[in-house]
Amino acid sequence: MMNSKSLYQEVILDHNRKPRNYGTLDNPSHHATGHNPLCGDRLDIALHMQDDQINHIAFHGESCAICKASASMMTAAVKGKTRADTEILIQEFRDMATGKLDPAQPNHLGRLTVFSGIRDLPTRVKCAILPWHTLHAALNALTSVSTETDDDPMQAASVND
Amino acid sequence: MVNVYASIIPEANAVFDVEKIRTDFPILDISVGDKPLVYLDNAASSQMPRQVMDQLIHYQTTQHANINRAVHYLSEVATMEYEKARRKVQQFVNAREDREIIFTSGTTDSINLVMHGYGRKFIKAGDEIILTTLEHHSNIVPWQMLAEEKGAIIRVVPINDAGELDIETYEKLFNERTKFVGLIHVSNALGTINPIKSLISFARQHDVPVLIDGAQAAPHMAIDVQDLDCDFYVFSAHKLCGPTGIGMLYGKSSLLETMQPFKGGGDMIASVTFEKTTYAAIPHKFEAGTPPIAGAIGFGAAIDYLNSIGIEHIAAYEHELLNYATHCMMEIKGAKIIGTAAHKTAVLSFTLDGIHPHDIGTILNEDGIAVRTGHHCAQPVMEHFKVPATSRASFAFYNTKSEVEALIAGIRNVQKVFL
Ligand SMILES: Cc1ncc(COP(=O)(O)O)c(C=O)c1O
Repeated sequence: MMNSKSLYQEVILDHNRKPRNYGTLDNPSHHATGHNPLCGDRLDIALHMQDDQINHIAFHGESCAICKASASMMTAAVKGKTRADTEILIQEFRDMATGKLDPAQPNHLGRLTVFSGIRDLPTRVKCAILPWHTLHAALNALTSVSTETDDDPMQAASVND
Repeated sequence: MVNVYASIIPEANAVFDVEKIRTDFPILDISVGDKPLVYLDNAASSQMPRQVMDQLIHYQTTQHANINRAVHYLSEVATMEYEKARRKVQQFVNAREDREIIFTSGTTDSINLVMHGYGRKFIKAGDEIILTTLEHHSNIVPWQMLAEEKGAIIRVVPINDAGELDIETYEKLFNERTKFVGLIHVSNALGTINPIKSLISFARQHDVPVLIDGAQAAPHMAIDVQDLDCDFYVFSAHKLCGPTGIGMLYGKSSLLETMQPFKGGGDMIASVTFEKTTYAAIPHKFEAGTPPIAGAIGFGAAIDYLNSIGIEHIAAYEHELLNYATHCMMEIKGAKIIGTAAHKTAVLSFTLDGIHPHDIGTILNEDGIAVRTGHHCAQPVMEHFKVPATSRASFAFYNTKSEVEALIAGIRNVQKVFL
């Protein structure tokens, strides 16, 4: 059943209006493009790793507010983090979005738990997850990912008429 | 806001008591969170009235057995009821004979039956199949599979910016290689009602068979397959207040008889030996295995229900709802209606400047309002309008003017959230 509280809380709306780290990077060490063909969302993520740390990260693309805010908050959260810490966040965010992680349990997500309500909206889970999916691909040197391929590690829901 | 339609809708109510009709639909009383449900996704699937549920319960309680197989009492009753449902569908579309009605699992299944039964037998390399930009994916993909298998070619009728077919191009596409035409009667994405009678008659002059996808037409207007003179007509029960898992294929008996079966199995044979199997006569040739018997009976009950209201009353009332909703939507700054054909069913596809359709759908849902957002299984239509997706409100005869107002208020709220 629905949350009485809107998913569209001020934090999310604010990041949608004024996305952080929005744009491109010159000479990124890692980058990837993510697609969600079901809703036409598309996201480019580029980053600079130095000494196993994300120094710079930027994203741009066309997407819904949930995806854009998720990308904005993600870039803010992983900047300065090591690869290992970033992978932990990616895993925790995925688990929260798909309902496997209860945000009341100990975790590293911090303000990212504003997205916890997404688990009640299976058709929107992919919107929130796409930036994380794409970041994971960038870190692992896959240049393009889609939420609809057979090897999608996060098959969450599909939309049908 | 001056409401120019205020005087029209109560008049329609004189013959059409929507509040009384709503009491037939228990689901319309549910709440979503703390908001009353406003169900505006009828083009995807419509709701079931108590009368249909009662019929299903009556069937399961007193009439159920397998059909066409045993001599015992229940099997005979169930067979009779199943065939009675077939005759209801026959009358609903005014087919000449009941054996021209095949029960399928739905529109998609019906189109696939025609593709396999007719297409794979008669379409050859170099042959051309005409489809339109408005088609639902279910009337595109099976023909693409056939084209790939046979080396046939698909030709596509374009649309204009109102979402209407380009008839001139349609006529120009015909040549001696044209062997099949698939036309959507009413667009699920836009609501456009196509002038299929004249399109069919043009194909007839070239001796080309025509399949009409009536999934979005049958629930909203009277269908007469003899008057239309189409070769095939298909739709699903679940968009017309019936159950899921059941639909129909009308085919001219002369064509159905020449077609090969789609599925093989029990109930579709006259005799089986390992040397040779002979098939049953139509319609049974196309109904292999135990069919959804309860589904067919529910389908028949849904038709009875619609007839009790009168399809022309339904059409008139829904038209008023569409006019009212269109009028209100045009007053919203930043809203754009996608699909402005002169002839439409009560479908309102729209976009809001700067707001993604999925955000619109989710925020409307928080207000209890159910609309569809996405490409509506009609990506070529989205491509024409250069949008990845739209939001779509689709109305049924049990929707009200105040639900239209709830939608409009909901849309204004979405705009406020993103201000
Ligand atoms: C125009 C049209 N054709 C075909 C279909 C497919 O119907 P079904 O899913 O019942 O097979 C639909 C429903 O989504 C439709 O709107």
